[in-house]
Amino acid sequence: MNQNKNTRVVIGMSGGVDSSVAALLLKQQGYEVIGIFMKNWDDTDEFGVCTATEDYEDVIRVCNQLEIPYYAVNFEKQYWDKVFTYFLDEYKAGRTPNPDVMCNKEIKFKAFLDHALDLGADYLATGHYAQIRNRDGKVEMLRGVDDNKDQTYFLNQLSADVLKKVMFPLGHMPKSEVRAIAKANGLATADKKDSTGICFIGERNFKTFLSNYLPAQPGKMQTLSGEIKGSHDGLMYYTIGQRQGLGIGGSGDPWFVIGKNLKENILYVEQGFSNEKLYSTGLVASDVNWIHPEDLEQRFECTAKFRYRQKDSKVVVTLREDGRVDVQFDQPERAITPGQAVVFYDGEVCLGGGTIDQIVKGDIFLDYVG
Amino acid sequence: MKQIYMDHAATTPMHQEAVGAMIPVFQEDYGNPSSVHAVGRRARQLLDQARTTAAASIHADVKEIIFTSGGTEADNLAIIGTALANKESGNHIITTKQEHHAALHATAYLERNGFEVTYLPVYENGQISVDDVRAALRPETILVTVMYVNNETGVKQPIDEIGDLLRNHQAYFHTDAVQAYGLININVKQQGIDLLTVSSHKINGPKGVGFLFVNQNLRVEPLQHGGEQERKKRAGTENVAGIVGFSKAIELAMKQKEDKQKHYTKLMKHFIDCLTDEQIMFHINGDRNLALPTIINISFPGTQVEALLMNIDLSGIAASSGSACTAGSVEPSHVLTAMYGSENERAKNSIRFSLGLYNTMDEMKEAAERIGNIMRRLTRKR
Repeated sequence: MNQNKNTRVVIGMSGGVDSSVAALLLKQQGYEVIGIFMKNWDDTDEFGVCTATEDYEDVIRVCNQLEIPYYAVNFEKQYWDKVFTYFLDEYKAGRTPNPDVMCNKEIKFKAFLDHALDLGADYLATGHYAQIRNRDGKVEMLRGVDDNKDQTYFLNQLSADVLKKVMFPLGHMPKSEVRAIAKANGLATADKKDSTGICFIGERNFKTFLSNYLPAQPGKMQTLSGEIKGSHDGLMYYTIGQRQGLGIGGSGDPWFVIGKNLKENILYVEQGFSNEKLYSTGLVASDVNWIHPEDLEQRFECTAKFRYRQKDSKVVVTLREDGRVDVQFDQPERAITPGQAVVFYDGEVCLGGGTIDQIVKGDIFLDYVG
Repeated sequence: MKQIYMDHAATTPMHQEAVGAMIPVFQEDYGNPSSVHAVGRRARQLLDQARTTAAASIHADVKEIIFTSGGTEADNLAIIGTALANKESGNHIITTKQEHHAALHATAYLERNGFEVTYLPVYENGQISVDDVRAALRPETILVTVMYVNNETGVKQPIDEIGDLLRNHQAYFHTDAVQAYGLININVKQQGIDLLTVSSHKINGPKGVGFLFVNQNLRVEPLQHGGEQERKKRAGTENVAGIVGFSKAIELAMKQKEDKQKHYTKLMKHFIDCLTDEQIMFHINGDRNLALPTIINISFPGTQVEALLMNIDLSGIAASSGSACTAGSVEPSHVLTAMYGSENERAKNSIRFSLGLYNTMDEMKEAAERIGNIMRRLTRKR
């Protein structure tokens, strides 16, 4: 007897191999599966060609192979209002935003989840590499077993209430196995290339894309001590720790971006990968989501990631009364970037995360970082 | 869960007798009607019979029927073919904002090629106005094309009045009668219709067939070039099996016209009554008194057409909206937008239900109950 027969699962399908295999696995487990393609961005070119149309064609082919119903939904307006506007605002503020985190928070696991519930779904599934564990009636999010693919970094804003309604069918397997399953089952997307980059920019030139939306204001490039090293094309094009594209010649160590002065439109650079100006000892994060806030002490040790695919670092977290958190590093960290996410872990369990707001060195704020 | 099909304006199941009529044509009467031998002549005979049936159904002459691949081709031939053949007489065409895309995209193509097109407004009752046609007419108008019954609302258009109006004008009159044909008595001579489109698969015939009636005094430029089939107006070996199945469907439709009218009127009333019993909010789009009993367009306030359509499908009801949903790009229905304006929610929360031959009273009740459940879920407090 199939115990999952009466459980309806809506799966978000992108037309890629991951969500295709996730749908296949759910179907094999006997769930009533519904495939839905989300269109969040209109990239129709002058010939009327749009990658979303091609991707949706792939969704249709896979769903027909699996004999599950499929639909397309449009969240362009919500995406623009909640994700793209935030993305531009952060760049305007001189920070480096993470639109994938915001997309998961506001679109995939909010607007799209609501839509799935409107369809009478019991669960929303996606092809993310993360795991859900139920322990003593408590739902937890664990890293995906494939270290290289783990996506909990991008999912750090999901609440326990949301996670209760979520399934990640791929979390327990490595990517290579996902490809192998796709091939073995002859899925139409088995050989499809993984998408790269920020979804709405795709393979296009990032600088050109951004300049369509934000006016670039070229300015001076200088060291913290005021030595002018050249000019920059607009602060938004640079991120902390960046080496490429500075155009500073000469002998000696390469140059790196170490900070920005938004008010005077100055890009700060210093020499050497290990330049001490790139290092900090702590940060303050805002917009912090804890999956189980009730389990936390006011001050505790855990590990944290400051970038996707980075190794964990040991930290001490202190919860502040204003809702923000202080994070002290065990060892100095290089190129911590405001606007990016800081995500906390206890072993394999993701505790939650927030947005990096301020950078601290010793007991002073590094104002030059931005 | 039993599937309830309420999308007959999209397509219909084939009549068993129409299927039966086609089968011998595939392997026994398989000839090419143009061939000069007995096998070819037999196919030609079937084609002639079908043409006679088609012509009689609208009081036309057999010489005036051109078989096509369906409604879209017939509309294109009528609109583009007439415009090209009569461009010395003028370059102005009148149509409406609520035509099927087969007509709207054909006139748009003509606009890109030097013709001028007037798109008449549609009122909240779902009709266009004859006065608007009169006001739009110019000496150089060569074609007026107005659908007989709108495919989204089921509302009948003032065809007789337009026919009368154009009797003393050079403009030819085309009507797309795809939804009307088989339920409404049509007499092209009395109604002053010069061109008329019919599709087979909307009347329980096979897909891939239709016909265009073209008044024998009218010139149309062929759009498809090749052999001399269909009085040189439509090259290509005829789809004999399809045409034979279509012809059988026409026969049956003509015979059952009155019974069907009564049956559908009863079904539709029951459907609306049962929906009312569900105590959910809904509004009927267009004036019901002007509509065919087969098509109804219903607005469900507080919902979104995407979620609505998916829920209706998942509940086992086949219905549709006028909105195109390719890769998630929802274009609000152009028909409802024409009727109510682009800001009106009706264009984004409406569903079309269309009845057909095999629908039952029980299905109407069952469908209304399922819709009631969906509406209660979609409008629940979060």
